[in-house]
Amino acid sequence: MSVATKPAPPAGASSLAQNQLPRYTTQLVLVLSIAAGAGLSALFGGFSIVSFAVLSVLAFLVVNTVLSGVVEGRRKAKDKLVTGLVYTAFGIALVPLVSVIWSVVDNGMARFSIDFLTTSMRNVTGLNDQQALEGTAPFIGGAYHAILGTFLITGLATVISVPIGLLTSVYLVEYGRGRLAKAITFFVDVMTGIPSIVAGLFAAALFAVLFGVGTRNGFAGAVALSVLMIPVVVRSSEEMLRIVPNELREAAYALGVPKWRTIVRVVIPTAISGIASGVTLAIARVVGETAPLIVTAGFTSSINNNPFSDWMMSLPAYVYSQAMRPLSGSSPQPSFDRAWAAALTLILIVMLLNLVARLIARLFAPKTGR
Amino acid sequence: MTTTEPPPTERPAVARRPKTRPGDRIFSRSAQVAGILILVILAGVAAFLVREALPTFTADPSEIDGGKGFFSYVWPLVFGTLAAAVIALIVATPLALGIALFISHYAPRRLAQGLGYIVDLLAAIPSVVFGLWGIQWLAPQVQPAWGWLADNLGFIPLFSGPASATGRTMMTAGLVLAVMILPIITAVSREVFLQTPTLHEEAALALGATRWEMIRMAVIPFGRPGIISGIMLGLGRALGETMAVAMVLSTGGFTWSMVTAGNNTIAAEIALDFPESSGLKTNTLIAAGLVLFAITLAVNMFARWIVSRRSEFSGAN
Amino acid sequence: MNLSIVRRTLAPVAVASAAALVLAACGSDPDTGNSSNESPDGDNSEGSDGAGGGDLSGTLNGAGASSQESAVQAWIAGFQGQNPDVTVNYAPEGSGAGREQFTSGAVAFAGSDAALDEEELAAAETACGAPAVDLPLFIDPIAVPYNLPGVDNLQLGPVTLANIFNGTITTWNDPAIVADNPDATLPDTTITPVHRSDESGTTENFVEYLAAAAAEAWTYEVSGEWPADLPGEAGAQTPGVIAAVQAAEGTIGYASAAAVGDLQTAAIGVGTEFVEYSAEAAAAVVDASPRAEGRAENDIVLELARDTTESGAYPIVLVSYTVVCTSYADPAVGDLVKGYVGYVASDEGQQAAAAAAGSAPISPELQAEVQAVVESIEVG
Repeated sequence: MSVATKPAPPAGASSLAQNQLPRYTTQLVLVLSIAAGAGLSALFGGFSIVSFAVLSVLAFLVVNTVLSGVVEGRRKAKDKLVTGLVYTAFGIALVPLVSVIWSVVDNGMARFSIDFLTTSMRNVTGLNDQQALEGTAPFIGGAYHAILGTFLITGLATVISVPIGLLTSVYLVEYGRGRLAKAITFFVDVMTGIPSIVAGLFAAALFAVLFGVGTRNGFAGAVALSVLMIPVVVRSSEEMLRIVPNELREAAYALGVPKWRTIVRVVIPTAISGIASGVTLAIARVVGETAPLIVTAGFTSSINNNPFSDWMMSLPAYVYSQAMRPLSGSSPQPSFDRAWAAALTLILIVMLLNLVARLIARLFAPKTGR
Repeated sequence: MTTTEPPPTERPAVARRPKTRPGDRIFSRSAQVAGILILVILAGVAAFLVREALPTFTADPSEIDGGKGFFSYVWPLVFGTLAAAVIALIVATPLALGIALFISHYAPRRLAQGLGYIVDLLAAIPSVVFGLWGIQWLAPQVQPAWGWLADNLGFIPLFSGPASATGRTMMTAGLVLAVMILPIITAVSREVFLQTPTLHEEAALALGATRWEMIRMAVIPFGRPGIISGIMLGLGRALGETMAVAMVLSTGGFTWSMVTAGNNTIAAEIALDFPESSGLKTNTLIAAGLVLFAITLAVNMFARWIVSRRSEFSGAN
Repeated sequence: MNLSIVRRTLAPVAVASAAALVLAACGSDPDTGNSSNESPDGDNSEGSDGAGGGDLSGTLNGAGASSQESAVQAWIAGFQGQNPDVTVNYAPEGSGAGREQFTSGAVAFAGSDAALDEEELAAAETACGAPAVDLPLFIDPIAVPYNLPGVDNLQLGPVTLANIFNGTITTWNDPAIVADNPDATLPDTTITPVHRSDESGTTENFVEYLAAAAAEAWTYEVSGEWPADLPGEAGAQTPGVIAAVQAAEGTIGYASAAAVGDLQTAAIGVGTEFVEYSAEAAAAVVDASPRAEGRAENDIVLELARDTTESGAYPIVLVSYTVVCTSYADPAVGDLVKGYVGYVASDEGQQAAAAAAGSAPISPELQAEVQAVVESIEVG
């Protein structure tokens, strides 16, 4: 960013006190662009939201950049262009994201109730759904058994994967030199590529060997999910540990703090926000898995609160079966409603976990300049 | 493999400790054991995969699905897998980086935290929901666009018509995947952007850099390995995603066109055919899974190679 | 120690487990109005109390075809209603997985769209300690829904149907379709055939019908997977096909009759007449079908008469089997299987599935045959 690359400022102005557009220019250009976008869109064969948005944004980006380029110089113009692009990217991304969330909330609220959260599907049949649609019987059947299963299975999977994953990333970043570390790095990458159904079949085969043919329970499901979760935990925490500045470590060593204490007291707390985010991401990655859970944890419509014996339901399996194989083919709406409500529940659960992870990260993270 | 951990020799600047403390020994050993455990798990998975896939390679080619052997069965699937993932990455990467920068360096702090939270949340939406959303909302919205592409750019093989009547094409599947991996790439990049040393940023600004110049010179180089890691995690999900693709894509035989029905991905093929398959077909599907495994492996090796070329920016080295 | 770290990163887990514990205290089964400990209020007659004795208890696991899932849920509900201490689970993983689980002894019964083959029979005999048998307990007519506003009561002969699905006939006003529908005004809309993208018993039965009834037009291999080189759109599972047919004009598909909802369905040419699907018409073709040869006496496998010309029979049906052992070493499991399959084969069970899942009840003769096999299951 040497001064020499800057285009010559207008005569008489120094490089520090060059021309500046008034602060309100951006807002003004935005308003004008929106108006122009609406006009142009109406001009080109009828008004539509899409063409209106596209034209407005284009108009804004071009006008704002050119204006700034003429008055303020190329560097400022580039900065404004990028700022515009970043906002645009954010705006574009919001559309599908908001739409997905809206779909889930809108459709999910239809059947979301305390009753839905606290009852199972035991003995509910398509006949009940038909009667509920006709209004001759109340709507029954909830996702309690699936919510319980998801909590237990995902919780167990987290208990298995987070220590293994975090310790591995500590090993890779702080201790690992040589062939073993290289091999682990390499194979963790390989592990991210395991198709989820393969993880499920592997866990099912493992439990068949260890505990007898046909063993399916919540714990087997947790093992299958761990296979999928560990690489995500390793990969994200490794990245977070790596960017902890070396100065911090060196300062600790200089004070005579043992290495393990440095890691536990300095390195990990510095990276805790990122690690927590990574763990949440890993949980989020597996909490929606369907196929590996059906082959390992089974499929049931009854409540089971022991993850170490008998089949257990999970929310994604519940969503999938209600959405793709409605209880009553002729009146599928109650089943679809249940699927959406269960999806909403799943998101709320992750939201809760996320919130907790963030709170904890903030409580324990060292104070920084930010 | 190393069995005894050597004392830290890589840091000449730090005084070497003559005696190893028990705390250090226990900690480093348990970290090492965790790493080795991962290798053991993976070896187990690999052994299982190979054992299950083996009959496919020894079987008579005419018995494999399609009757022309495993290779001709799997290559259209490989093409479909890569096509969907590439579309997803092309769409999602710039957007994700934009959002990450927005959250880390542009948005007001209070808003930024809320936004980061929402984005993380999106990673948790089950793929079935993305599938339903893709069919019910996205496909009808984008169908006219594919029709336009087929009409006006149809001379390019990728857009040759006729466009699908329901909009459930490879392009749509790629878009759904893009939305799915957006939160992953965003979350990882955002975290590394936020970790950029404040001193670097302030130094750049103090030298008169504009915000973009500061980002380009301080934030992006620092975050590059993290960005690539995030992209790779996203790519991993895009390559391996099953249900969303299976539900959105109107699968079929190989075609170059991305705007008609047709093509399929490995993961979706496994999800769609595994439940009802038996005998050799099961083995074939698992062998396809093995191929997916190999693709992910190659992609990750490539990413590692890029990161290692840039490793001078990594703080821990 | 690194306890604080453990506390930090595991806190979400701790919260989750705590939440799970709290959750565990407040869940219950819904009041479905057909459990036996409920006061009799009569509006739900098939929940008749105490019919099955209600003295069974324990857990019974089965796995298999997803085509039967909604019927199985109805059977499980009915059986659990009679025996409140019993839990029956059914994993709808698919026929292939179900047969494999069954033949390896992992589950006590399986649901399958195809009967066990010789190899599987041998494996099952090893796992059971006695021969296994296939019982046809679920009959599902496959309808041909189409989306063509203004055209009601479409009629399609087998050859026309096959030519539509193999891409030979591409517009709705094709002479072949006109010949089948002399009275209808057909538009020149392009036909988009919709098929299942997943491997399924529905596809296999539909294709088997095309190959049998229109052999010259349908030369593709009969399997659960749709021939990949044919044109058209695909949808995942039954709702996927239905959604695709609903989404665009000019589409035609095939799906479980119960799921077609308000879509119009084509009448299929049988002999000289055109037959709409119905439970009776579907049961009729099953009754007209001979037993498969080379099977044990009690192994009831049907060779469906796809090319039947019998009046009033609807030939496109899916028959799904319940596969059980003829002897169970564990009396707890054996009694449950006997009770459950006995219920499924009973009039009550068949009616429950018909009401909930829209399947066609099996005929009284077939019921009697199945009941005899169930009676002969040895326990202990």
